Amino acid sequence: MRGIVAQQKTVTPKVAIDAVSRIFLVDGAPLVAIERIDLDIKENEFVSIVGTSGCGKSTLLNMIGGLDEPSSGEIRIDGVPVVGPGRNRGFVFQSYSLFEWMTVEGNIRFALEKSQISNAEKKELVAHFIQAVGLSGFEAAYPRQLSGGMRQRVAIARALVYRPSILLMDEPFGALDAQTRGMMQELLLKVWEDHKVTVVFVTHDVDEAIFLADRVVVLASRPGRVKKDIRITLERPRSFEIITDAKFTDYKREILADIREETLKVMAQQAGSSIV
Amino acid sequence: MKRRQPNPAAPYRKRRIGNLFRLREEIPRSIYSAAGFIVPAVLLLAWWAVTYFGLARPLFLPSPGAVLSEGWRQLTEGILLADASVSIYRIVVGWLAATVVAVPVGILMGNFRIFEGALEPLISTVRYMPVVALIPLSILWAGIGDVQKILILFLGTFFQQVLMIMDNVKNIDVNLIRAGQTLGFNNREILMRIILPAASPAIWDTFRITIGWTWTYLVVAELVAANEGLGRRIMDAQRYLATHTILFGTLFIGVLGLLTDQIFKRAGQLMFRWNIQTR
Repeated sequence: MRGIVAQQKTVTPKVAIDAVSRIFLVDGAPLVAIERIDLDIKENEFVSIVGTSGCGKSTLLNMIGGLDEPSSGEIRIDGVPVVGPGRNRGFVFQSYSLFEWMTVEGNIRFALEKSQISNAEKKELVAHFIQAVGLSGFEAAYPRQLSGGMRQRVAIARALVYRPSILLMDEPFGALDAQTRGMMQELLLKVWEDHKVTVVFVTHDVDEAIFLADRVVVLASRPGRVKKDIRITLERPRSFEIITDAKFTDYKREILADIREETLKVMAQQAGSSIV
Repeated sequence: MKRRQPNPAAPYRKRRIGNLFRLREEIPRSIYSAAGFIVPAVLLLAWWAVTYFGLARPLFLPSPGAVLSEGWRQLTEGILLADASVSIYRIVVGWLAATVVAVPVGILMGNFRIFEGALEPLISTVRYMPVVALIPLSILWAGIGDVQKILILFLGTFFQQVLMIMDNVKNIDVNLIRAGQTLGFNNREILMRIILPAASPAIWDTFRITIGWTWTYLVVAELVAANEGLGRRIMDAQRYLATHTILFGTLFIGVLGLLTDQIFKRAGQLMFRWNIQTR
């Protein structure tokens, strides 16, 4: 069994998004949020998804996470169709969403509760990830006592400690100030490099998307479609200096132009609909 | 919950009365607390003056002294303790009965749309029905003993409480539930170990508010066929136009209500230390 799975991995992508559409009913009228997205994500790849607000990027992420279902099409992970949330995926939300009645350590340990490993192993994993996200010394603190950046570190540790193979991140640094965000991006890259995992990262910060990713997927708006799929070939490991790199700014110019085009399209639509 | 510290970086300002009337500005804590004492003190003084100078007949407004000595009389004759213990017993049982039902029902309504759809319209309607009007029915159903009083307190509390608990539960971050699902917990585990603890500070606040409402229904509950109770005492006094008894009873219920409120507040602060924002 194991052999077959290993063989399949070489041919099947880690995440296969296959002709996925998502239609919401808004006041009884259908609204196409996502229209036939095809996207393959390789194992250990870091993919950023950007687009104007309302382009369906969070919806897409939720569907990969099994928190929402496609109206048509299919999402497969390691060749297996997604039928709900599961422990092969970890989720990090913009709102931190920590268990505030538990300590930092308690939050991370809670994620291991369903793992079939010994208590000693659990303890070791918790300690390892607390250290990996730089929270040593804060084990006994409650989330309310921490800054936003530190809370998000807890959330990242909680999402990784049970060793999912995919990490789904929904604008995780959107609520942080610019300085903290920069630090968190570097931290995330380090954690990703140390614990190989496939990352799907939704953001509307273009700098952030390029800085982190192997690939930036730009979504078109209403309905959400893949507008562009750009491979980022900046060297790794990356540090903050590369954002002034000529290659970096070339990517940025291209992506910003795409997003601007989409924004103008949406604004024109809204202007049209408000006249009616 | 959040206690503001004086900001050392705040610009230095001369002490002036006008500083107390800046929009949304902090004022010195001592002045803040003092203001809370001064207003009742002024009212008390006015009350005393009106009665002392004979501006109102004792029948309409008895003097503070008369009210106090009525309190002393009730205390020394043992009436006060007997009344209070009977009333507190009814309040506690009535409120507990409402709470024991409202918590599970509210949690179901807050988490499953089907329960909300089934119960919300009914409860919202009953909520507006005057409890006083139900007294005759409550006597038919529950007799004239303690059960009838407790039933009235239950009716006055439950329908408000259940909707508030539903809201408390609904207001938790939905991503907490999603995180729980991603971590492999089933519905029951998510309900008990994520939703309930996450909503518990808000639910506790609801407890604090609703037991206050139970207190306000006390007189209504003891309106009919009661021999003892703080509410009963007030209704009896009406018959003899004993305004000093009425006033004392009302004020005493107010004091007990305030005490209950403080107990709940302190207990909440102790139980939910994690909920205190320090950053």
